[in-house]
Amino acid sequence: MDIGVLLRAVPDPVEELELNDDETDLDRDYLGYVLNEFDEHALEEALLLKEDTDGSVTAYALGTADEVEQMLFTAIAKGADKAVKVGDGLGALDAHAQADLFVGALGEHDLILCGVQASDEIDGQVAMLVSAKLGHPHVSVVVGTSPGADTLTITKEYWAGITASYEVSLPAVLGIQAARQAPRYVAVSRIRQAQESGALTETDADPPSSSSGITITAVRIPETGAGAEMIDGDEEAAADRIIELLAAAGVGGAA
Amino acid sequence: MSGAILVVTEHLAGSFTDATFELLALGRELATDTGTELEAAVVGSDVSDMAGSLGAPDRVLVIDDPALESFNPVGHADAVSALVADREPSIVLVPYTSTGMDMASHIAIRSDLPLVSYCQSIDPADGLSATCQLYAGKVEADVTIDGDRAVFAVLAGAASAANGRGDGSPDIEQIANPAGSGGGTVFTELAEPEAGDVDITSEEVLVVVGRGIESEDNIAEAVELAEALGGVVAASRPIVDQGWLPKTRQVGKSGLTVAPKVYLALGVSGAPEHVEGMREASTIIAVNTDPQAPIFGVAHYGWVGDLFDLLPELTDRLE
Ligand SMILES: Cc1cc2nc3c(=O)[nH]c(=O)nc-3n(C[C@H](O)[C@H](O)[C@H](O)COP(=O)(O)OP(=O)(O)OC[C@H]3O[C@@H](n4cnc5c(N)ncnc54)[C@H](O)[C@@H]3O)c2cc1C
Ligand SMILES: Nc1ncnc2c1ncn2[C@@H]1O[C@H](COP(=O)(O)O)[C@@H](O)[C@H]1O
Repeated sequence: MDIGVLLRAVPDPVEELELNDDETDLDRDYLGYVLNEFDEHALEEALLLKEDTDGSVTAYALGTADEVEQMLFTAIAKGADKAVKVGDGLGALDAHAQADLFVGALGEHDLILCGVQASDEIDGQVAMLVSAKLGHPHVSVVVGTSPGADTLTITKEYWAGITASYEVSLPAVLGIQAARQAPRYVAVSRIRQAQESGALTETDADPPSSSSGITITAVRIPETGAGAEMIDGDEEAAADRIIELLAAAGVGGAA
Repeated sequence: MSGAILVVTEHLAGSFTDATFELLALGRELATDTGTELEAAVVGSDVSDMAGSLGAPDRVLVIDDPALESFNPVGHADAVSALVADREPSIVLVPYTSTGMDMASHIAIRSDLPLVSYCQSIDPADGLSATCQLYAGKVEADVTIDGDRAVFAVLAGAASAANGRGDGSPDIEQIANPAGSGGGTVFTELAEPEAGDVDITSEEVLVVVGRGIESEDNIAEAVELAEALGGVVAASRPIVDQGWLPKTRQVGKSGLTVAPKVYLALGVSGAPEHVEGMREASTIIAVNTDPQAPIFGVAHYGWVGDLFDLLPELTDRLE
């Protein structure tokens, strides 16, 4: 099975975020990017399917941040056969424009895996747009796949641990919530090897032709703990206060 | 505003989900504000009785098709898309749930309407605008919409489910399935989760670990604290995806909804998908090194600091 996987660099959720001067976006000058957490699972599921079917994996990413290249080298080090950086200097684009770029750059694949969602996009629908443009079926919130002859059996998660299985005909596009096993790690030395491997290529994209029809007019970072009592002091002070709170709630013999 | 407000309902095993009632409550507010009607779309097989049980909408549009008995990510979305094309609602409300995530963008694309995701409120006055959460709840964004129609994927908690139950008797309109039955996608079976060793929904004290716990080995420290408090350990999704704790310990959208007396969150960021499973807890205490962590927005008490410094202090005091 020949699999394409779309990887997106998103602002590191653990870093302190700051807004730009007109408060319409993050201040991106000093922002660190990481691979969108669900895309790490999409890549893992792609690599597992490659192993199941003696197939191949091509990772695609869009954008110019250094982290994007690093992300693609990591994908190669983990087992992707090829990586493609789509476009250069494209800046922030909305979902429709991004999907246009991908569709122009994607090779022929039996299956395209994406993360279930990206944390930094309000009209979150790149994966679905790609599937619509290619005319492939799309299923989201997928937590496992198993290959058949020319179909794929997939597990979709509902809620409270309830799952449903579907047979999906190929080619298809899936939004992966979690791979069937935890994403693999890779040694830094392998990533360095990947940088030398020549498996990363760049492709120019045609300019996008559509737009999402929504505009972000203002962003803000909600005030820390608005409505919460924030405990001051070191861990000893915090422990004392929390013990008091537990006692007040009448739990744990913490009286 | 000319078109109606359309709620895309969600149901499983003969009952509508809470998300559906929340959307009906939100839809009712919007319909009142804009002087339009509230409609609900119910797609499935043998769903007419169920459709008749909805009290909030003015009209229920029923697509009854044996081929759509179980949720089909393509079939259900195609059916609703055809409905949207035909009736031209002004606002389409889709729950931000597993089935809604298949439907919302599918409908938006097929109907050529803008999609607004992670939406927490909608303002129909003075053009259409909305407030959304971005970056897993760390940032709030105001958005305006070109034109006067859009599809919204609405976060849990945007309105109260109780207000969406209603006791009216809406018109029921049967509509032949205008679309196919899921081209390329065939439902095969539903699987219930296996029972766990504990039922976190009935525990009074939950010590909840998130990715801040860093490794499987460190969970033992949290277990020790939970035991000292007469409670159990629960977790956010990544901990379960890593295989460090079983699925039955997961709190949130795709896990369980809990409302214990005490919810002590250690290294949990408070993404909207986590918060929807725990916001009803009586006392929420959050510990996180990041002062911007959205968990502090839902907590009653918070401490900005390292969970590994705090854990031994707490355990000591309880021994
Ligand atoms: C459809 C769907 C369903 C989902 N369902 C669920 C669900 O049911 N449950 C769920 O939890 N998630 C769910 N998610 C995932 C959710 O979006 C988040 O990814 C997840 O909740 C993040 O978990 P976390 O808070 O543990 O990790 P992170 O977001 O990585 O947060 C870790 C936190 O730990 C803090 N930290 C790090 N080190 C320390 C330290 N030493 N001391 C104190 N704090 C520290 C960091 O500051 C950070 O805030 C779902 C997502 C989707 C798309
Ligand atoms: N700019 C991008 N670069 C690479 N992949 C992307 C991009 N945008 C979206 N994707 C993929 O589509 C998934 C879902 O994103 P979205 O549909 O935009 O929420 C992501 O998890 C990625 O797999």
